[in-house]
Amino acid sequence: MSVLVVAELHGGHIAPATLHAVTAATQLGGEVHLLLAGHNVDPAPAAAIPAVAKVLVADGEAHAHALAEPLTALLLPLAPHYSHVLAAATAFGKNLMPRLAALLDVQAISEITAVIAADTFVRPIYAGNALATVRSSDTLKVLTVRATAFAAAAAEGGSAMIETIAPADAGPARFVGQSLTQSARPELTSARIVVAGGRGLGGAEPFQMLESLADKLGAAIGASRAAVDAGFVPNDLQVGQTGKIVAPELYIAVGISGAIQHVAGMKDSKVIVAINKDEEAPIFQVADYGLVADLFEALPELIKAL
Amino acid sequence: MKVLVAVKRVVDYNVRIRVKADGSGVETADVKFSANPFDEIAVEEAVRLKEAGKATEVIAVSIGPAQAQDTLRAALGIGADRAILVRTDAEIQPLAVAKILKAVAERESPDLILLGKQAIDDDSSQVGPMLAALLNRPQGTFASKLTIEDGAAVVVREVDGGLETLSLPLPAVVTTDLRLNEPRFISLPNMMKAKKKPMETLTPADLGVDPSPRLTTLKVEEPAKRKAGIKVASVAELLDKLKTEAGVIR
Ligand SMILES: Cc1cc2nc3c(=O)[nH]c(=O)nc-3n(C[C@H](O)[C@H](O)[C@H](O)COP(=O)(O)OP(=O)(O)OC[C@H]3O[C@@H](n4cnc5c(N)ncnc54)[C@H](O)[C@@H]3O)c2cc1C
Repeated sequence: MSVLVVAELHGGHIAPATLHAVTAATQLGGEVHLLLAGHNVDPAPAAAIPAVAKVLVADGEAHAHALAEPLTALLLPLAPHYSHVLAAATAFGKNLMPRLAALLDVQAISEITAVIAADTFVRPIYAGNALATVRSSDTLKVLTVRATAFAAAAAEGGSAMIETIAPADAGPARFVGQSLTQSARPELTSARIVVAGGRGLGGAEPFQMLESLADKLGAAIGASRAAVDAGFVPNDLQVGQTGKIVAPELYIAVGISGAIQHVAGMKDSKVIVAINKDEEAPIFQVADYGLVADLFEALPELIKAL
Repeated sequence: MKVLVAVKRVVDYNVRIRVKADGSGVETADVKFSANPFDEIAVEEAVRLKEAGKATEVIAVSIGPAQAQDTLRAALGIGADRAILVRTDAEIQPLAVAKILKAVAERESPDLILLGKQAIDDDSSQVGPMLAALLNRPQGTFASKLTIEDGAAVVVREVDGGLETLSLPLPAVVTTDLRLNEPRFISLPNMMKAKKKPMETLTPADLGVDPSPRLTTLKVEEPAKRKAGIKVASVAELLDKLKTEAGVIR
């Protein structure tokens, strides 16, 4: 049987996380199909993903904002033709997949980090402090995939078949509007370098030092919950158990204590640097390179030296 | 407007959890339990709706062992009017939780159901959307702001790129994110009052739900530990290490 991946679209483009979900899908056995539901979508980039054999396109106004209700209605009749239906464990995937699973009477499996067999998966629990290996007894599996645990599938060179399907009708929920954070920086979850700040920064203004550092390094900006709650930066920059999961090549934590909930979101980074004035801060337990220093001295020095 | 709020008893967020030596799970004997923080936010929001004159009654429901009564008492302390404990000592997975909550919702007919966006023990983040689906209701997940107006719940959602606003005709299901509110401290008089508020106990069987798990946990293990790092003495040394040893910056 084939495997269906639900693509996430950002401004009409396939979100990077979807490519990671495609890689997970290739480990499940069957052919990989990709569902592209949106409004005025261009199927060409999806069809170019070499791992994808077929692209299903549902183009309609009801799918313009990826609302869960019409997407679920669209997926319900499709799902039984597949062995697995999956999406990346992003806000999109977490919102959609449980809704679909419940109507299929399937116990969904969230945020898998490894495929052991077609019915057996590893997933983190307790903020990643434990890894559970679970086996599903449902015939159809509904999964979300932790993007950082699977490499991104190649995006070019393929020529998948394209099939158009009827979009769903609008659901009861009405899209009112959105305010998306505009940034010229790399996207947080796929950036090669992440510079993250915590409560230690003390305000939105000092955070601009982090911006200068990020500019020099071509990095994305992240933050602890405390920094977000205090309003230093927007909510979508929160890294952690209940925010975003990142695994860049380099993660620089500045003025972040290293609470379990924060570490859960960044401990798979390749190299971790911590700058903190408290040498006992737990962040140093996960840091490859720790600098015990006042960030108001260390940051300007670092920016200048780069 | 009647509001139903779901609360789960979980290992407290401050506990450093330990994996059992036999790999069967996580040590839960002699550890502190509390209400799932996201559920506390949900209770707080429901109570604020009542205080604002939008909600008429707030009912807290929990599924779990006898000790979940404490979790419900805390919800009553925040200001919920009454509580329902669906008592079971078995492992209840998210789909079964959603089915039980659906049965409770069918008895209570709430106009709004509030839940945490995820439980911090199994981190599944499934119950809200599952419940919305089973009840055939619209959902507003990851709410950082909630307003009730003209028979609709207007929900500002924390999504990956920023914020999104949806309007959901009631009845609807809403899950809470961290920024929705800051739960109050429960005063002693309110804790005393909570003791006198009604608490009903049911079982999954009373509600006609088969809560058998669909997932079998084969093993639980500790994640690989990061190898110990070093302290550097200066910014210059840090940069040198990052360039030459780690090779992550040029
Ligand atoms: C349900 C729940 C979910 C949560 N989810 C998340 C999550 O997803 N992500 C997350 O990050 N947190 C999360 N948290 C919060 C988490 O528990 C911590 O409270 C938070 O991570 C702390 O942020 P912080 O390290 O910035 O602040 P603090 O813990 O206050 O640390 C500030 C650090 O800055 C240092 N510092 C201060 N001044 C200076 C200076 N001048 N120079 C150098 N260092 C300085 C201090 O030594 C300290 O170590 C969650 C909590 C709960 C209950």
